Amino acid sequence: MDIDLITNILYAMIRTGTPLLIVAMGELICEKSGVLNLGQEGMMLMGAVVGFIVTLLSGSLLLGFLLAMVAGVLMSLIFGLITMELSANQVATGLALTIFGTGLSAFVGSDFVGKPIAGLDPIHIPVLTDLPIIGRMLFGQDLVVYLSFLLFAAVYWFINYSRPGLVLKAVGENPHAANAIGLPVMRTRYLAIIFGGAMAGLAGGYLSLAYTPLWAENMTAGRGWIALALVVFASWKVERVLLGAWLFGLASILHLVFQGLGFSVSPNLLAMLPYLATIVVLVILSSNQSRSRLVAPMSLGNPFYAKS
Amino acid sequence: MIKLEPRGERSTTMAYLSPLLAAFLTMLTGAILFTVLGIDPVDALITILYVPISDTHGIAELCVKTAPILLCAIGLSVVFKAKIWNIGAEGQLLMGGLFGSFIALQLIEAEGFWVLPLVLIAGVIGGMFWAGIAAILKVRFNTNEILTTIMMNYIALNILLWAVHGPLKDPEGYNFPESALFGDASLLPILIEGTRVNFGIALALLAVVAVWVLMSRSFYGFQIKVMGMDAGAARLSGFKEKRLTYFALLLSGGLAGLAGVGEVTGPIGQLIPQISPGYGYAAIIVAFLGRLHPVGILFASLLMALLYMGGEMAQISLGLPLALTGLFQGMLLFYLLACDVLIAFRIRLKPKKAKTLQPLATETQG
Repeated sequence: MDIDLITNILYAMIRTGTPLLIVAMGELICEKSGVLNLGQEGMMLMGAVVGFIVTLLSGSLLLGFLLAMVAGVLMSLIFGLITMELSANQVATGLALTIFGTGLSAFVGSDFVGKPIAGLDPIHIPVLTDLPIIGRMLFGQDLVVYLSFLLFAAVYWFINYSRPGLVLKAVGENPHAANAIGLPVMRTRYLAIIFGGAMAGLAGGYLSLAYTPLWAENMTAGRGWIALALVVFASWKVERVLLGAWLFGLASILHLVFQGLGFSVSPNLLAMLPYLATIVVLVILSSNQSRSRLVAPMSLGNPFYAKS
Repeated sequence: MIKLEPRGERSTTMAYLSPLLAAFLTMLTGAILFTVLGIDPVDALITILYVPISDTHGIAELCVKTAPILLCAIGLSVVFKAKIWNIGAEGQLLMGGLFGSFIALQLIEAEGFWVLPLVLIAGVIGGMFWAGIAAILKVRFNTNEILTTIMMNYIALNILLWAVHGPLKDPEGYNFPESALFGDASLLPILIEGTRVNFGIALALLAVVAVWVLMSRSFYGFQIKVMGMDAGAARLSGFKEKRLTYFALLLSGGLAGLAGVGEVTGPIGQLIPQISPGYGYAAIIVAFLGRLHPVGILFASLLMALLYMGGEMAQISLGLPLALTGLFQGMLLFYLLACDVLIAFRIRLKPKKAKTLQPLATETQG
């Protein structure tokens, strides 16, 4: 393994982990409010297709990213309306959101498969970017990667040190008690759902506008689900989500590592690794039953119906 | 002002009406969508919902497509009754197809009535094996089955791709990712001459009856239902929760596996990368739409099969993307979930009143 290879692997690890980090941050906030939205995959796909089409037609990456987020938000609002206003089961509604998003994105994007766009380029700072090993990883990424660092810092501060963060956690732990002391349960949950949608849209946009940059049907390939597992893996702790996202980034690019080491393994078998890693991690973390019950937000997945 | 008011008890009428309402709203939304796209909505709906089954050939194809959906959905109805979220019917179906294909390819020259049952059993075992892993992880390690079964769908697909690109690839197939064609002895017999209707639909109907007997006439089925409604009550009654979980997951996995092997030994006749256009996911919608009841699921499977055919028809004659099927599937499930609110709530139209401040005490009752 030479230095160039290590440099590239570290670079790709962060880059591949970025969409996972962004979605998982959104889902973390959402779950902290007691809402389990399994529709991440559907929202990401809508973000990806809308971002791609907008950028292709307008030529503006910024507009593409913005409307990708709007698409994610609109999708999350469907979820919000059905689960909050109509008290539908969150698991079933989340699944529906994924199935719907998969279908709708494929429908909308069918004319755009394989069309080329100029994606978001990585930055290049003379000297710094060219440093061996850490140069590309830290100083040669694209802007969204740096934005995801900021996002991490903001979410970390929000959950651990801010008053609204406290409200969010109170609502997620016990919505009835929160309601009784006058905290806005519904509004908090709506905002959390919307934030989750915006992040899923952004992550989807990142895939189609920077990572690939292409649109293909079902291009998220389960990343929304992996992000859900990441939140469990992180025991709902922000800093562990960051670590987890990059670790899964590494698991997804292991084919690079294997090539570098000179192994020849079937690409299909290597493609299984992130999913396999997800299962292994889930098993290790959830085998301690009492512990996993303590770390999850108490009201996660339960609808709140205010009796008035 | 529209207001939702709790009914106090669940409305059985609404439980049966809700899927019909959802299907109607899906069609209505579809009609609006077609109008926006500049397509005559009536013409489009006829193309999707009637033209595919307007002749005997179409009806035969409907049976062919219904079989795998029905098998997966009837299995899912059992796990869902137990409140176990098996989202992995797709992966279990693929593993069934893969296991069955493996045996069929070993017996490509074999003759005799025993070949087909052996291949089918291999498929069932494939599906059970895949669901069994999720069951062990759930029972022994308390791992969330939604995430494990979803992950295993992706893993199954990659194993299938590996197999058709590698060990099971037809050596004389010009390097296409396909297996050799199976021998005649491993193929499901055709039921009606001149069509593709095969023994698969009979197996599916048999499964429907068997599951109906199991769930409504047996103590095992009763225990599964109780476990789903109130796990605590089931435990207090001494029901073996772990054994029931294994049973339900293995049953649904086995049926999905049968669906998979039924596809490769039925309409396809070899192992290819695309065994299923998402039948395992569609079956989730079917199970809900059919109210987890065998008869409901039978009708919902027919509707879902029709949606697949309608999507293909719309692509051919209207030039719409094939993804139309997925879009309709998603809408159908959304509308169903939304309409289901009417089972527990009724709509009250109230004259809009000026907002009054309510005393705090009434707000804290809940």
